[in-house]
Amino acid sequence: MAKRERLSGNEAVAIALRQINPDVFPAFPITPSTEIPQYFSTFVANGQVDTEFIPVESEHSSMSAAMGAEAAGARSVTATSSCGMALMWEVLYVAASDRLPLALTLVNRTLTGPININCDHSDSMGARDSGWLQVYAENNQEAYDNMVMAYRIAEHKDVRLPIMVCQDGFITSHAVENIILEDDETVKNFVGEYEPEAYLLNEKQPMSLGPYAISDYCMEAKRAQAQAMHNAKQVILDVAKEYEAITGRHYGLFEEYRMEDAEYAVVIIGSAAGTAKDAVDALRSQGMKAGLIKLRVFRPFPGKELAEALKHVKRVAVMDRAESYSDQGGPLGAELMAAMYRNKNTADAINVLYGLGGRDVRVEHMEELYRQLERGDLPEGYSYMGLRE
Amino acid sequence: MQTDMSKLHPGITWREITEGTRICAGGTSREFNTGEWTTVKAYIDEEKCKQCLLCVPVCPDSAIAVKDGRRLPVDRDHCKGCGICVKNCPFDAISMKEEERENG
Repeated sequence: MAKRERLSGNEAVAIALRQINPDVFPAFPITPSTEIPQYFSTFVANGQVDTEFIPVESEHSSMSAAMGAEAAGARSVTATSSCGMALMWEVLYVAASDRLPLALTLVNRTLTGPININCDHSDSMGARDSGWLQVYAENNQEAYDNMVMAYRIAEHKDVRLPIMVCQDGFITSHAVENIILEDDETVKNFVGEYEPEAYLLNEKQPMSLGPYAISDYCMEAKRAQAQAMHNAKQVILDVAKEYEAITGRHYGLFEEYRMEDAEYAVVIIGSAAGTAKDAVDALRSQGMKAGLIKLRVFRPFPGKELAEALKHVKRVAVMDRAESYSDQGGPLGAELMAAMYRNKNTADAINVLYGLGGRDVRVEHMEELYRQLERGDLPEGYSYMGLRE
Repeated sequence: MQTDMSKLHPGITWREITEGTRICAGGTSREFNTGEWTTVKAYIDEEKCKQCLLCVPVCPDSAIAVKDGRRLPVDRDHCKGCGICVKNCPFDAISMKEEERENG
């Protein structure tokens, strides 16, 4: 039976990993993700899992070891945040192009600088072109559920790509919330055993992994990798459907909150969606047709589906918790507006940056943003929310 | 099937290429003439060579094979011209030379 608990996001993910019982977990600590391997190492010490836990000397090593283990035929995982992920950078691309379905539980923290340990999405958004699947959570329950679903998506034969399971640093990783945990057997059966088709420790089938690909092969290899990312969209939906049948909790590529007749919409990723929902409720009670889209899956990017969901809105604010320094706004703004243009969606769209370096996002900030949309008071270029002018 | 080696050739399409360009077979470096990468190669002076075989283990490309206790000529399809064997030969029997080509 599923049971109710009170857990932080880090605890929830660590428990999901205990239930999954991966084969190899190399890790190097960095705030705010440190607790995940810390809790997990307790499970190892207590004999609750039979995972090979490897304390390594850097994040470049943790990602390399996780990748190596996965290539050998093991199911592997690692955890990190911020600059830790920046140090993994080189290997992220290799894991994806070698088509190794390992998991990274990422606790989002801003990239330096200025140096800061709090939440924004600059770490994972920086890796948006690395070929990893990216799934984000609004709260601890979603962080847990996304972790349980992760390997089913990554290891699917139509996908075979690494997956980044993201949650907001401190906001979800350290805050304790009510949560429903599925029982160990349910999770174990849902996730299943890892059965790689080709792996280095298979003595019956010698294999070279990651060979040098000259110009004759490189483009074909990249196109095939892009197809795997395309295929992931359907697999994510199929896995979510199966998960819903067991748990009753519904997941899609994104969540539409009071969008059915919405005229003014916000599109947002992560924990601030909860704050925005309160603003939507308050404004709806005052008669404004406000709605919200919370993006769960950023890679693959559901551009067409989002443009369709925004078909009837008059104005939309696309929210980014990462500065691209492109002089154009943030990554979600750029990609969603491009998708809207391609799909002939002509709603007025603005791009708003918020919550950088852990800046608090309040309900009144979100309410004022919706009122701004209603007034049609749209800034040129892009704007910052909660900034001292 | 990922193990179908016939799918790795320069005419392969993206739909057919092996996943992650992995090569599911052993000993495939024989089919890839890395010796094409160099302009100089090792030549062994048969009169100076004492068959001591010290050149064999130092070759990073295993381009000097041994049969019945004697080394064979340098495998020029795989000698990349590094010259380590030249430095290692106690009898100055090996030198690096531009490849002798039949058609100039």
